[in-house]
Amino acid sequence: MIPAAFEYRRVHTVEDAVAQLGELGDDAKLLAGGHSLLPLMRLRLATPAVVVDIGRVEGLSYVRDEGDQVAIGALTRHRDVEISPVLREMVPLLAHAASQVGDPQVRHRGTIGGSLAHGDPASDLPAVVLALGGTLVAQGPGGRREIPAGEFFTGFLETALEPGEVLVEVRVPASPGGWSFQKFNRRAQDWAIVGVAAVRRNGSSGVALVNMGSTPVRARATEEALASGASVADAAALAAEGLDPPADLNASPEFRAHLARVLVRRALEEAGG
Amino acid sequence: MRYWIEAGQVTGRGASEKGVPMRVQVRVNGVEHEDEVEPRVLLVHYLREVVGLTGTNVGCDTSSCGACTVLLDGESVKSCTLLAAQADGHEVTTIEGLASPDGTLHPMQAAFREHHGLQCGYCTPGMVMAAVSLLAEHPSPTEAEVREGLEGNLCRCTGYHNIVKAVLAAAEAAPAPVGR
Repeated sequence: MIPAAFEYRRVHTVEDAVAQLGELGDDAKLLAGGHSLLPLMRLRLATPAVVVDIGRVEGLSYVRDEGDQVAIGALTRHRDVEISPVLREMVPLLAHAASQVGDPQVRHRGTIGGSLAHGDPASDLPAVVLALGGTLVAQGPGGRREIPAGEFFTGFLETALEPGEVLVEVRVPASPGGWSFQKFNRRAQDWAIVGVAAVRRNGSSGVALVNMGSTPVRARATEEALASGASVADAAALAAEGLDPPADLNASPEFRAHLARVLVRRALEEAGG
Repeated sequence: MRYWIEAGQVTGRGASEKGVPMRVQVRVNGVEHEDEVEPRVLLVHYLREVVGLTGTNVGCDTSSCGACTVLLDGESVKSCTLLAAQADGHEVTTIEGLASPDGTLHPMQAAFREHHGLQCGYCTPGMVMAAVSLLAEHPSPTEAEVREGLEGNLCRCTGYHNIVKAVLAAAEAAPAPVGR
């Protein structure tokens, strides 16, 4: 399958990418690693008139220790997140989850910014950044702004990024305490049928779910129950509360709700107090 | 060479449109290639149709099976999920580039032959390239690490057992690094 014809423009700075988006509007799509966009283009589910390749923009691939948080450049590949000594020590949940994305070939190309900006509820990293309470940094014509992860995912494959904005950085709080990433699927390289990212530190808990709605979502009922002192078993029983999981070939909504309850319990047990 | 996607190769929306060709320069198996291609030309099609190296197979065409795996700057990638334009200025190694010029097989190829790491052979070029990249990152993997490291490559003959044996044997034999 070959994508529909498009015009290819390569940019070398974020400013140029922003300028291209300003000029082209909805006709353009940004290409980073291409592992979300190109499969959609080959299936003709996406037919952008212009592809703006930001893959060679300098200075957007980094992992920086900033004391109480870690800053990650949007073009940092999953592989580089996976093996980053800073992330392994300060945010092991993110380093481990990155090692579970797709397969090695995918991780050699896919980027953290691309995965988040794609906004796929079935992707692993959006839920991880939600559970961690991360922040996304977007750059547009008016400069940079920060968007809390909790406000970033607005609909199916939709985010709070404005049409002229480029996601440039992801910030996550240092979270060296208990954590767990659970991914249930039938084939090694597949998307999660349901996934869970959990962090626990000093009595507070972040729990987010993969593929349990039209966006990556927090397990709010579980988080609130834990905050008011519920047991792990009781809190996990609320994992699917208020959610509307999708139905597909792999699972019915009921099965997904069941998986969420089981996987959240496992995640909380593994993450510990 | 100039290369356009021909009518008939493409169906569906936008099928009859042609893109403005662009110049790409790719070093393939140590040889510099400079060609004009449409931006939508995928790396795998560039390698097969333009460069003329047909050892890299197209399997699933949906980024799943890994039959099209090649090395980009020494790392495994699925060449069906990369534009030729993205490889512009980079180095690609295909299955044809592994053996020495005198025909001596790369240790990974030799191990696949020795341990019969193939059945129908369709997934083999991609398996071998993925395995070479795996050992470059994990020179001494356990059996479990080999199985996990090859998760991006499917063998529909389900011939995994001997493939894993071959990769472990190649690791023992100390693999030659490739592509960097």
